[in-house]
Amino acid sequence: MTLLSQIINGIQIGSIYALVALGYSMVYGIVKLINFAHGEIIMVGAYCAWYLIARLNMPAWIAVFFAILLCVILGVTIEIVAYKPLRNSARISLLITAIGISLLLQNLAQLLFKADPRMFANLFPGSKPFLGLQLTNATLVTIAVSVVLMAALSLMVSKTKIGKAMRAVSEDKAIAELMGINVNTTISFTFAIGSALAAIAAVLYCCSYSQIEPTMGSMLGLKAFVAAVLGGIGIIPGAVLGGFLIGVFESLTKGFISSNLADAVVFGILIVVLLIKPTGIFGKNRREKV
Amino acid sequence: MLVVKNINVFYGVINAVKDISFEVNEGEIVTLIGANGAGKSTILKTVSGMIRPASGFIEFLGSDITSVESFKLVKRGLAHVPEGRRIFLNLTVQENLDMGGYIQSSSEVKALQQSVYERFPRLRERRNQIAGTLSGGEQQMLAIGRALMGRPKLMMLDEPSMGLAPILVDQIFEIIKELNKAGTTILLVEQNARMALTIANRGYVLETGRIVLSDTAKNLLVDDSVKQAYLGG
Repeated sequence: MTLLSQIINGIQIGSIYALVALGYSMVYGIVKLINFAHGEIIMVGAYCAWYLIARLNMPAWIAVFFAILLCVILGVTIEIVAYKPLRNSARISLLITAIGISLLLQNLAQLLFKADPRMFANLFPGSKPFLGLQLTNATLVTIAVSVVLMAALSLMVSKTKIGKAMRAVSEDKAIAELMGINVNTTISFTFAIGSALAAIAAVLYCCSYSQIEPTMGSMLGLKAFVAAVLGGIGIIPGAVLGGFLIGVFESLTKGFISSNLADAVVFGILIVVLLIKPTGIFGKNRREKV
Repeated sequence: MLVVKNINVFYGVINAVKDISFEVNEGEIVTLIGANGAGKSTILKTVSGMIRPASGFIEFLGSDITSVESFKLVKRGLAHVPEGRRIFLNLTVQENLDMGGYIQSSSEVKALQQSVYERFPRLRERRNQIAGTLSGGEQQMLAIGRALMGRPKLMMLDEPSMGLAPILVDQIFEIIKELNKAGTTILLVEQNARMALTIANRGYVLETGRIVLSDTAKNLLVDDSVKQAYLGG
């Protein structure tokens, strides 16, 4: 019984990791950048929703809508202002810029909202019985919303015109451009999708964990990053599987070994993956014909 | 149709294309021949906006395209089949064609795809296959098919025979001739000068970034210096 409930907990937090990991992975796929500012998008989404609900008494769905909108605008702006000018420079410059943006946003949030944690009221209170367990509505909503979003995303990437364009751009920008694809727009779109998913992940996370603070994005972001690497960075199903696995591992460690060890296990997984199969579970070194 | 006037292109400090001018008239097959590193590919990349010239100007169908972004040129009827084919290896054959028809409406994409499949039945057989698994010849057909999806008025082909078995080379050149007959103007870059000159109307000979000779293909085929340098004596 406790095993089952720990696994469900794991799937719940794992689906949040997966949503965030998708943002890392898609952005990496298209611009080969580990966007370390992605975690901060989560934080901004959480503060935006909190501010609109707790301070301005807006209905939750409007607040969530604006949180998504703000994160999309922020994500796309960061790309255009900070990353785009560096697109043809060394990868390390981009990476350092991403870390810089992350610190900037964290400190900006501390300045605006102070460092004290704020309470985020659960938007889905109550619980339901399930297989003999009592599951919170927040857990059920989190899992359901994540699964729907992930299915929609994979459908979009595999079937729609913009999705195919994203894959074409991630493979060969110059040639995608020759096809008439506006590469800049496609990259912006990718950042927009990643940021929107981060905003939704933020709200779902807050419903279960209730506390928000300016540094909340960094740990959540890092774990989602580990999930993306575990599944194979740049690969969409990889991010989903990685997210669920990291969530379950973390939850089982918390439940059966020690809460204090949970983070160590997650980062231990990263080390093991990098040592054994750096391309991740779904990663492969496809040999290309010349 | 295409007028290139006095373009200079630099890679860093290296002047890869020096003051080059040439033109392609509607209905023609024009070829640029020359040794490796003569600047042939650079010229095509400059015309299609992948590289910017330092000076000079490029006119296509009467309008200046020197600084038009690459992705806007398909709409004007310019297609570039790049060196090394560069199809999207992780996309399926059909998805590659979809990308070629990116600017077309979805009904048009269907019709264009049908005509590409009719021209290249091999591609129809393999339409759901990942393009990276195609053979070299099939990849070249896909690269040409993908370009056809944009309904080009001018198709620029960069070394379409590269790395192909002789029988496939003949086939590719046959296809180029057919496309030209069907109304597509062709600008062809080739190291296989003999083949190129056999199907072309006119040719330009490049040496280290300069045009050293231009004439009808017929005359170039019998020109002594061309024979010696490019046709194996």
